[in-house]
Amino acid sequence: MFDDLRDLYQEVIFDHNRNPRNFRVMDNADRKVEGFNPLCGDRLTLYLKMSGDVIEDASFQGSGCAISTASVSLMTEIIKGKTEAEAEALFKTFHEMTTGKDEAIQLEAVGKLAVLAGVREYPARVKCATLAWHTLDAALKNEQKSISTE
Amino acid sequence: MTHFPVEKIRLDFPILEEKIRNKPLVYLDNAASCQKPNAVIDTISHVYRHDYANVHRGVHTLSVRSTDKFESAREKIRAFINADSTKEIIITKGTTESINLVAQTYGKANLKPGDEILITAMEHHSNIVPWQMLCEQTGAILKVAPINQQGELIVTEFEKLLGDKTRLVAVVHMSNALGTINPVKNIIDLAHSRSIPVLLDGAQAIPHMAVDVQALDCDFYAFSGHKLYGPSGVGILYGKRALLEAMPPYQGGGDMIRKVTFEETEYNSLPYKFEAGTPSIADVIGLGAAIEYLNDIGMDAIAAYEAELLNYATEKAKQIKGLRIIGEAAEKGAILSFVLDRIHPHDIGTMLDSLGVAIRAGHHCAMPVMDFYEVPATARASFAMYNTQQEIDVLMNGIESLIEVFG
Ligand SMILES: Cc1ncc(COP(=O)(O)O)c(C=O)c1O
Repeated sequence: MFDDLRDLYQEVIFDHNRNPRNFRVMDNADRKVEGFNPLCGDRLTLYLKMSGDVIEDASFQGSGCAISTASVSLMTEIIKGKTEAEAEALFKTFHEMTTGKDEAIQLEAVGKLAVLAGVREYPARVKCATLAWHTLDAALKNEQKSISTE
Repeated sequence: MTHFPVEKIRLDFPILEEKIRNKPLVYLDNAASCQKPNAVIDTISHVYRHDYANVHRGVHTLSVRSTDKFESAREKIRAFINADSTKEIIITKGTTESINLVAQTYGKANLKPGDEILITAMEHHSNIVPWQMLCEQTGAILKVAPINQQGELIVTEFEKLLGDKTRLVAVVHMSNALGTINPVKNIIDLAHSRSIPVLLDGAQAIPHMAVDVQALDCDFYAFSGHKLYGPSGVGILYGKRALLEAMPPYQGGGDMIRKVTFEETEYNSLPYKFEAGTPSIADVIGLGAAIEYLNDIGMDAIAAYEAELLNYATEKAKQIKGLRIIGEAAEKGAILSFVLDRIHPHDIGTMLDSLGVAIRAGHHCAMPVMDFYEVPATARASFAMYNTQQEIDVLMNGIESLIEVFG
């Protein structure tokens, strides 16, 4: 029935929505930033544990749609062990992939995150996928405040 | 079902022929804005092709013709809400501007520090924020009457909040987030017994029921053309003449003046005093056409048909496991707000869209209502006179299927 949506709602997304990874409060976090998408009411809190400039651990809390939940869940998995610079680079590539500015984007470069490429065709949903990353960006810039996609 | 010529009505709305993602459009976002019949589309096009010039300015034939059509639209609007005079029909951009107008003229002129404005917990942001701004400007205080779990105003609590300091009551006639129809007659009587004027936000009520401002005895009534099958960019503020006469003007400019010198300006009479600048001429005439179209069908027939649609949808929705209806007032208009267990409204919206079904997902410009029900957002199907039971079946089948897909 929802054949048209297969590119957007891939099985991986349903899986992460049902069982989000790293879904917990982190008591000893070095950074804690809140992200909010006023358009749909998605709210998340991102926690990072840093070791020098390496992201040692990442977790989150909050509620959102399947796209935003899967996006933040996948993100916390993929950024663990990455340096700040690597994570920022990934954000940039991810952003280009989801906003479709660069058609030739190398899907391999984003690994598992490629499952979110489908949002490109749904402009109303792009912010759901990028909220996690904007929040990460704020956390890396050490902005201890809430950020909003608006 | 009683006989209501829905199939014939559908033919008057060309957009209903559209295919969305290769499926027939099922348009259930009418509370946000509803679609336009040929009567409106053709009228607007006719104005630009044959009758267009600025209004109230020229002696030339076209300007006279345009002014006539414009003013006859105002008369249709007056009759539609049974106002006493066209002097009481102020043309604005929409409900939002109408409410802001009252806040910035009546409100600014009459409110002092410590005075109170009373609203309800189910208001649209456009009946909250203008009052908050006014409170900031004047030192007045905004009071909020609570609602119960069904989404009904608790009238006894409302009455307790009507005090010596209350200067204005502003209440939504029908809630866009919940569908609740407020007991406005009762509210107005309670306020008037204490000599407090009442503004009704009629944005949602106006397309769903016959509204008689004199029978209600409301002091102000605000609504938008685009939710009444008319064009966007035009709305109405009804106000009782005595109040409007006493109010200072809103914006300054052309049309709202009688005589201007650099020393002094004499304001124009009603309703022009509140209508500075060139209005959305063709759209106002288009709104007149929408009203004529609705009069032919009859607001009572529309209300009866939509009540059947809502009942049908509500019964079906109740059979879906994991679906919770948000807003179960005994008096309710054709709006079905709901949430699904573990499925975010935005996912519901995107999934239904792929089936051609347009609903709204979000906070519906009523964030305090979302907070009350402790949900970030709801999905909302809102019905119009051109919707059918078959369309509701498409919606409900879609909901059942997406619940399955999400697992
Ligand atoms: C109850 C209510 N009030 C006010 C408004 C604002 O109307 P507009 O945006 O046309 O000014 C709306 C529209 O969404 C509404 O539903």
